[in-house]
Amino acid sequence: MAPARPPKSITGTRWWVAGVFLLPALILLGSLVVYPIGYSVWRSLYDADGSGFVGLENYGDIFTNDATLTAVRNTAIWVAVAPALVTALGLIFAVLTERIRWGTAFKLIVFMPMAISMLAAGIIFRLVYEQDPDQGVANAIVTSVHDAFVDSSVYPKARPNAQASDLKSSGGGSFTSTGTVSPGTPALLPLVGIAPNKLPGTPEDAKAPAATGSGITGTVWLDFKLGGGGTKGQVDPGEKALKGVKVEAVKDGKVVASATSGADGTFSLPADADGAQLKLPGSNFAAAYNGIDWLGPTLVTPAIIGSYVWMWAGFAMVLIAAGLAGVDRNLLEAARVDGANEWQVFRRVTVPLLAPVLVVVLVTLMINVMKVFDLVYIIAPQPSQDDANVLALQLFLSSFGGGGNYGVGSAIGVILLLLVLPVMFVNLRRLRKERQR
Amino acid sequence: MTTVDPTLDPKLDPPVRAKRSFAARLVSGTAGGVMRLFLIIVALIWMVPTFGLLMSSFRDPTDIAASGWWKVFTAPGQLTAKSYETLLENDAITSSLLNTIWITVPATLLVVMIGAMAGYAFAWMDFKGRDGWFLVVVALLVVPVQVALIPLSDLFGKIGIFGDIIGVVLFHVGFGLPFAIFLLRNFFAEIPRELLEAARLDGAGEIRLFATVVMPLAAPAIASLGIFQFLWVWNDMLVALVFSDSQSQPLTVALQQQVRQFGSNIEVLAPGAFISMVIPLAVFFAFQRQFVSGVMAGAVK
Repeated sequence: MAPARPPKSITGTRWWVAGVFLLPALILLGSLVVYPIGYSVWRSLYDADGSGFVGLENYGDIFTNDATLTAVRNTAIWVAVAPALVTALGLIFAVLTERIRWGTAFKLIVFMPMAISMLAAGIIFRLVYEQDPDQGVANAIVTSVHDAFVDSSVYPKARPNAQASDLKSSGGGSFTSTGTVSPGTPALLPLVGIAPNKLPGTPEDAKAPAATGSGITGTVWLDFKLGGGGTKGQVDPGEKALKGVKVEAVKDGKVVASATSGADGTFSLPADADGAQLKLPGSNFAAAYNGIDWLGPTLVTPAIIGSYVWMWAGFAMVLIAAGLAGVDRNLLEAARVDGANEWQVFRRVTVPLLAPVLVVVLVTLMINVMKVFDLVYIIAPQPSQDDANVLALQLFLSSFGGGGNYGVGSAIGVILLLLVLPVMFVNLRRLRKERQR
Repeated sequence: MTTVDPTLDPKLDPPVRAKRSFAARLVSGTAGGVMRLFLIIVALIWMVPTFGLLMSSFRDPTDIAASGWWKVFTAPGQLTAKSYETLLENDAITSSLLNTIWITVPATLLVVMIGAMAGYAFAWMDFKGRDGWFLVVVALLVVPVQVALIPLSDLFGKIGIFGDIIGVVLFHVGFGLPFAIFLLRNFFAEIPRELLEAARLDGAGEIRLFATVVMPLAAPAIASLGIFQFLWVWNDMLVALVFSDSQSQPLTVALQQQVRQFGSNIEVLAPGAFISMVIPLAVFFAFQRQFVSGVMAGAVK
């Protein structure tokens, strides 16, 4: 490495001085980086405990075994989706913040996640994606948006008071009265199953229905009050009204009229409900909408990609913004003078001018994404870990996480190395070109 | 690895605006409003996840189980530093925090020193095959750390440092060096030749030249490299997961072990994650410029 040469070089270095400066680095690189590459290639040709030569069998296993095949597929999804998404967002943020006075503050906020560990980001997003809408902010938002547009059932656990009413379960979570109603005989629909202090909002006291004219009247209420007392099946003072319960009048299986109980629990149906059975449809009692199962088998990979985007969008944004600062303003202005609108300027001038930066960002992110490990390992809960699996995680699980199979682990390592090899050649060629200049 | 201005705030010329009609200004005014609203929403989306964990770390475990962290807006009295107190009394956590420091500081210093020496040799010394060797270093830039996990656990096992802090440090030094050499060699090569020759004429030897002329000149590059390497090692989980044991594990590994029972361990995980984030965030805000240029140059790792 440091051959005997004329004792003085151009700058006057003796060969052994160069040796002293280089030796620590070369020894460390040789033993900690170069040697492991060779060892991995060799080891990947042997079986789990290294005793038998198996040729390329480990590589074959990776593409036939279900667990590793999922990892291969998910890594492909990651590489196809995450870098493009991050770059697109980075481009949008960079362009939009350019003319905003608080652009720097915005960039600071979006770039901040780059400073923290993937572990911390994983913990942060594990909390975001918690299933319970009272824990995870993602589902808290999803459920409140859902409830704003879809009438949610107000009394998921309510059921009729079996002793004091003739309402019987009629399938699909609904309840239907066995008897029929007629004008002048108010219908009493007592429900139980909820604690009076767990009712949403501030419920009014229930009011006994008045028998009026030709219509059918009735009351839906909670036939139970704290401290007990009162008669079952009767609207007693202090018992709370159940507001917003849908009541249908059914004749021969057909709904002829329907009403919703008011704030005092009363409802009234038109005269043609005479002789009908009353039905409380199951929608009144359906379980509350509980949000999206983010970390379940189907959504776990997109959810983790979301957290990756959160971490890396700032990186893309800052690189692209730096590229944007170097773009000649006159070109953009010339296009505007020629009558191009902002979108056309962006699409036809800005983006093509930024193409080299965009490619660098994309390639950098692709290399990074191939090796993604921490986020998947932390965010995916145990039951969906197999569905979220990626190559770098499978390498760890095969070799250290109880698998103990160094053969397959090494083969995955070699595959990861092969995947970044093209980038290695691009780097080397760029360096050569710079030298020639 | 591109040469871009590493700053969050590129100083732009004030945008030149052609005179527009009233209607055009109205349209662009509305569009500007929509755009600002969009950016505000994005900024909120980016802040809420971290803010949520921060609030959770300042709540009582029973409160956390009962309601979401946003409850603190209506019940600010819930805020308490109890979780932090409990955490700092937990020996496993405090000793792992010390381990993080014992791993990060040597791994950073060694990479900077050894990398600077090699970078200087590649930039200013003349020896046979210099360019070839440098190409090898550049090729090693993109080697994934995963490739070395199995070979080095085998090697470290044989020489008896598997599970030891030394092994973790060595691993980070090995994989930090290609980038360090690459970055510093390029920086050193920009130093004007006259400067070095003048110092040499004054009688400075190679070592003195390196220590008193070259290194001070390279302070900005060394700062970027040092910050990047420091954060890389501080934030690492994978390498430590494989190469450390219960005595030598850093904070990231100690916290990772609590993740499996996420719901019930949130009072450890939330403050723990914040303690692990304090140093990186302080570095980020204090050395924004160097941090950004380091991250940009080193993201290929």
